[in-house]
Amino acid sequence: MSIQKFTTIKTSCVPLPVENVDTDQIIPARFLKATTRDGFGKNLFRDWRYDKQNQPVTDFVLNNPTYSGSVLVAGKNFGSGSSREHAAWAIEDYGFRVVVSSFFADIFKNNALNNGVLPVQVSAEFLQKIFDAIKNDAKAKVEVNLEKQTITLVATGESENFEINPYKKECLLNGYDDIDYLLRNKDKIEAYEQNREINL
Amino acid sequence: MGKTLFDKVWDAHVVSEIEGGPSVLYIDRHLIHEVTSPQAFAGLDARGISVFRPEKTVATPDHNVPTIDQHLPIKDVLSKTQVETLAKNTEKHGVRHYGLNHPYQGVVHVVGPELGLTLPGMTIVCGDSHTATHGAFGSVAFGIGTSEVEMVLSTQCILQPKPKRMKINVDGELGKGVTAKDIILYIISKISASGGTGYFIEYTGSAFTNLSMEGRMTVCNMSIEMGARGGLIAPDEVTFEYIKGREFAPKGKEWDKLLAYWKTLKTDEDAVFDMELNYDAADIEPMITYGTNPGMGVGISGSIPTLESVEPATRVTFEKSLKYMNFEAGSAMLGKAIDYVFVGSCTNGRIEDLRAFANFVKGKQKADNVVAWIVPGSKQVEKQAIEEGIDKVLTKAGFELRQPGCSACLAMNDDKIPEGLYSVATSNRNFEGRQGPGSRTLLASPLTAAAAALTGKITDPRTLL
Ligand code: SF4
Repeated sequence: MSIQKFTTIKTSCVPLPVENVDTDQIIPARFLKATTRDGFGKNLFRDWRYDKQNQPVTDFVLNNPTYSGSVLVAGKNFGSGSSREHAAWAIEDYGFRVVVSSFFADIFKNNALNNGVLPVQVSAEFLQKIFDAIKNDAKAKVEVNLEKQTITLVATGESENFEINPYKKECLLNGYDDIDYLLRNKDKIEAYEQNREINL
Repeated sequence: MGKTLFDKVWDAHVVSEIEGGPSVLYIDRHLIHEVTSPQAFAGLDARGISVFRPEKTVATPDHNVPTIDQHLPIKDVLSKTQVETLAKNTEKHGVRHYGLNHPYQGVVHVVGPELGLTLPGMTIVCGDSHTATHGAFGSVAFGIGTSEVEMVLSTQCILQPKPKRMKINVDGELGKGVTAKDIILYIISKISASGGTGYFIEYTGSAFTNLSMEGRMTVCNMSIEMGARGGLIAPDEVTFEYIKGREFAPKGKEWDKLLAYWKTLKTDEDAVFDMELNYDAADIEPMITYGTNPGMGVGISGSIPTLESVEPATRVTFEKSLKYMNFEAGSAMLGKAIDYVFVGSCTNGRIEDLRAFANFVKGKQKADNVVAWIVPGSKQVEKQAIEEGIDKVLTKAGFELRQPGCSACLAMNDDKIPEGLYSVATSNRNFEGRQGPGSRTLLASPLTAAAAALTGKITDPRTLL
């Protein structure tokens, strides 16, 4: 179950300048009833995207054809709330490869990385610059380079570095996943079990 | 330099460390439920491997289950499939499973502690963010995603970066009518819904040590609502007393050996935290939330902040939230009309919560305009409530006791708050639509919920005590 490799992407963005976007907004609980990982993208941001009659809400950004691209740019504290990996599945399935924010909830960050979605944490100022750039030009592009750990506004060349754990970076660049790693290390795990003094 | 309690437990579970990367962390107890496990079992099947240590995982369905007529087949086809899939997967892999109608079924975080499956010094994970609940026993407990559930099933380990350490100290006596829930809502209102991100919290001080285990669980449960990975409390006599004699608790010699170990589980005096916060218990009054994240809370006699008092960067989000709630900035909380009351969840669905609610409403009558759902956290809680006559007290006061499950905490089953209506809930999240599309949630303690249920509006429970 390897993940999709990530190298560099250059794309326009979808702006969502809301803070504290929680996992209940990303994928409401009533859509968690599946037993497979597929098809969550159609319910991404369901209650912001569709009204009660299931009609698209025209002023919601995913329904606005002006905006497109595989980078979602959101306000701070993105992905707070539940541990549901369905949130990451929905984002990936919809077609986003990167989420940019000035702050991510911990569990969401892990879940995203485990599904080949790169969370790019930027400064509050740089986040504002991206929002401004998109406001001026809906097709404004960013380039995200994982190898160099940079995000760049293509039009102006303004750039910022982002952090990623070196191990996770290797995984993403090569499409490895954590389970492969753990399975290769089973002997160490068994040795740990045998050497424990207190076995709970 | 000394170690914190968190460090002691974490470090004892590190199998190995990856250069510049996360640690391989061994997991003692893995809890699973029907929503976040099917894809993990499917992953195992796809790799052609079986569960590595099946005896360390325990399963129970809770999120999807109906809370009435549990003896009948589940009507919702998708829910039914998920619940059945859990039964099938656990059977195939030899994992303990407490299915619907089993005497041990219930909300996974209520079940673990009451069966003695949750012990001090353990690492505990579950594909559910409120796994933090188990930190009340001095364990390192936190929520994980489904890929990580698959890791635990296949290797009993996960890869985790070590969080930073935060200490939150609250000393002093709680006032009349102020509960564990109010302490934690107060803390979150102070540090915000993201103030704990990147940290693992240790709660210290007399306000916590004076709480029962159930109260401590309520506190630790909501650690995630400030973004923290989890929160724990050092085990003490209250903890040991609670565990002793429970179904799966260690017995005899094993008990003595573990007890000696558990007594060492405290933060050394010279240990250093990355952040320390101090509060005074006397400053806390019954709390209630007004917005759409758990950090948006105030004392019940207080008012919603004015727009000017909110940081400029947060105003858009603040206004969006109040619009959703249909509340005016600056308005008082007391007296606002409500429609629903939900008592339950892994935050406040244990026997003490039901007892507190029942004592409060005893001999009084539910307000006519309120629909109330009282949902025990587990079969065991339900059984005890009936044994204690709580169900009768409730019925007399116009309430009814439902059957166990997550229920309106996240409204995956039929227990949905209708659009636009207000619900005072003892659960942990007031996100938009959390209790059903368009629902408006106000988080509070069981006492504040009881006061609202009797009066039909936001009422200070202290005035009715
Ligand atoms: S009661 Fe609510 S918070 Fe607790 S496990 Fe169930 S859905 Fe999650």
